[in-house]
Amino acid sequence: MTGSVEVVYRGIFQKHLGQRITRGIVLAAVKEGKVGISFGRYGDSPERNGIPAKSFAVVADNEEELQAYLSRYEPSNNDVTVAVDDTLCKGVESWAWYGLQPINKLTRPGGTVLATSMQSPEELLKDCHRKDAEWSLAVIKAIPSFSGLWVYKDDHTDVRVLGAIARLAPHVVKLESVEAAIRDEWGDELKVASVRKAYERVEIRKVRPDEGNPEKPYEFQLPKWWEMKEGLVIPGIPVKQEVEGWEGGYRPGRNPTFKKFSTRTMRPVVDFEICTKCTLCWLQCPDSCFDVTPTGHYDANMEACCGCGVCEAVCPVENCITMVNEAAFADNASQFETYEKDKDAYKTWLKGKIEDKVVTYRSHGFRYRGQYEEELAQMAAGGQLHSGVQSINEEPGAGPG
Amino acid sequence: MTVATKPAAAADKEMLISGCAAIAQALRLADIDVVTAYPIRPYDTVMQAVAKLIANGELDAEYIVASSEHDQFEIVKHASAVGARVFCGSSGVGWMYAMEAIAVTPALRLPMVALVGNRALDDPGAFGCEHNDALCVRDLGWMLTWVDTAQEALDTALIAYRVAEDPRIFLPCAIGADGAFLTHSETIVKVPSKEKVDQFLPKYDRGDKLLHPDNPITIAPQVNEDWVMEIRKQNDEAMRRARGVIQEAFRDFHKIFGRQGGNPFVESYMADDAEVILFGQGTLSMPVKVGVRKLREQGHKVGFVRLRWLRPFPTPEVQEALGRAKAVGVVDRDYSFGSPNYGAVLYNEVRSALYDLPKRPHVISFICGLGGREVTLDSVVEMSEILLKVAKTGKVEQPNYWIGVRG
Repeated sequence: MTGSVEVVYRGIFQKHLGQRITRGIVLAAVKEGKVGISFGRYGDSPERNGIPAKSFAVVADNEEELQAYLSRYEPSNNDVTVAVDDTLCKGVESWAWYGLQPINKLTRPGGTVLATSMQSPEELLKDCHRKDAEWSLAVIKAIPSFSGLWVYKDDHTDVRVLGAIARLAPHVVKLESVEAAIRDEWGDELKVASVRKAYERVEIRKVRPDEGNPEKPYEFQLPKWWEMKEGLVIPGIPVKQEVEGWEGGYRPGRNPTFKKFSTRTMRPVVDFEICTKCTLCWLQCPDSCFDVTPTGHYDANMEACCGCGVCEAVCPVENCITMVNEAAFADNASQFETYEKDKDAYKTWLKGKIEDKVVTYRSHGFRYRGQYEEELAQMAAGGQLHSGVQSINEEPGAGPG
Repeated sequence: MTVATKPAAAADKEMLISGCAAIAQALRLADIDVVTAYPIRPYDTVMQAVAKLIANGELDAEYIVASSEHDQFEIVKHASAVGARVFCGSSGVGWMYAMEAIAVTPALRLPMVALVGNRALDDPGAFGCEHNDALCVRDLGWMLTWVDTAQEALDTALIAYRVAEDPRIFLPCAIGADGAFLTHSETIVKVPSKEKVDQFLPKYDRGDKLLHPDNPITIAPQVNEDWVMEIRKQNDEAMRRARGVIQEAFRDFHKIFGRQGGNPFVESYMADDAEVILFGQGTLSMPVKVGVRKLREQGHKVGFVRLRWLRPFPTPEVQEALGRAKAVGVVDRDYSFGSPNYGAVLYNEVRSALYDLPKRPHVISFICGLGGREVTLDSVVEMSEILLKVAKTGKVEQPNYWIGVRG
């Protein structure tokens, strides 16, 4: 009997986390006399900030059973799909494929999507696309664990996920073998305790085919060889796109098949009332994601924004652009259009989104040398956890000097 | 009564020039736009000849002396993408040094024409002719042709532009010319008029693949496993189409210039009724033809077939030319160490092409003339006698011979 687990993670921030989980599964399976393989999806680009990527573990009773999973890029029928960042539940678009892949697309019917999240399964389900079968959504309560390319944040997220997998799919790995593997690999009883707690505390919710986000994710049909332009030629995208209902303004032409927004873990919200139309956000955005509105404001287009935070950093007006938790949003609607419809309601909405960030803190991983040490000191002192871009709603002095 | 005469401008001009200078004349007639140069023998004769044409005001082209062979090929690659008719070339290890740029040219579908003045790969440092340099692109999507006279070099260069720049093809074409024997020897060459060449060779039009601000495109993106196979398939189809386009080009060439009326792919010399046939490419045709005539005088049914295009490989023509013989000896001026029967490149190609015939000749591998060593008349007789023995006995005692090696 074979079992497989995919771990969907964010490039750089969670590269080591993804690998540690799938390695942990194989090491645990070996304790049961099984064989296994742990591998990353080769076409991914895990060395790029926030890009969704995948790591896989397959375990089998013997080498022959395992062969069906060898020399392959990804198993398509996974017992458990792990989303180590809950915003990945909105769907993933990696560098390895085209179109938005629902988080449960490669989860087998009856399988489970396991997320580390501060949201309840009920709330998180709103983000997940519907699936044409029954499945389960499981959550272990955690702030998504983000670190850096050279640094690993050893906050037990890896072992907690392993503990939850032992509960969700015991035919893949059993709790005892996970514990044994952790003792061998890390020799840390505290981690073994974390495994057991996660095993006990994981929240599981059955999901029917008619539950979840009803939107159909955008798809892309790969062309036949004779449909493709020869000579590796890709026609340019028109420089300008028309916007329905806009008289004036400007929207740059954008790639219709690669949208990038599933890279986003934070998004900018804009206070149009205090914006001075200085153009800096529009000018500095590395993805040209700002649409120029007919009123001369700059509206971050949520189909194009990958949430890097440059706009917030360059905006000279205090509190005008704020990076907030992507998990607090259900769609990619235009903020400017919402603002135009009802300015007061927008103000209330904006305030709510900014304050929401305090509840579920969001990070950009490690951004400078020594940050991990600083965080450790903060955690030890029982203070607020700081990681990522310093922003306006932080306690003064909480951020990096 | 007056007799209508052709205008003087249309008459061929006879010149005593080397194979490389003949190619330079073809470049003048094709009115190339960009040429890059980096000296290495024996290719460098052509860059000197082109420089002279430009200096004399006979050719108006950008002449760029690159900092290495790699740059040489990169520069023309890009010039070709923006719509320039380009020429490039090298020899031996120079060609190898440019291999990164050379290898990607077919996928970009850039119709570069290049001369490979065939030279042994150093070490040991040696100027002499071996075909292994050009053969390195055998599998990469380059069209590959070998010429054996300066006249054929000139004609083939014009045909190469016509075929490479055909929008159905857009593949680069390398012309193999044996170092010394062809590159550096002067013979009388008929140089046609510009008017005739203009009739034969249309302007290079890259169409919607042109890299230009008015035609915004991206070329050469980074892709993954979802795309590469389709891209390779496109190259495969272009190479398949090249066969018909080469035939078309030769037909038109013959109509306009009155030359090159024979089979574009193989030259058969006394091979129709031959019991044994020697097979090879390049200038070894000269001593082999002499040997064939001599052996015919002695009553031996010996023939010769010269391969003119290695890519696309003319399977039907090779089957037709060799299929009736009892024994075929493939003379390789190259090596492929450790290959089947310790033969060489052409040997394995020919054996493979003949495999599907219901009745196949025996095929023997002769490795000969490496490093520019002469293929002598004695060598030709020696090879023929081996083949005649195989034909008589029906037995292959030894599949591979090194001919002319001391020992």
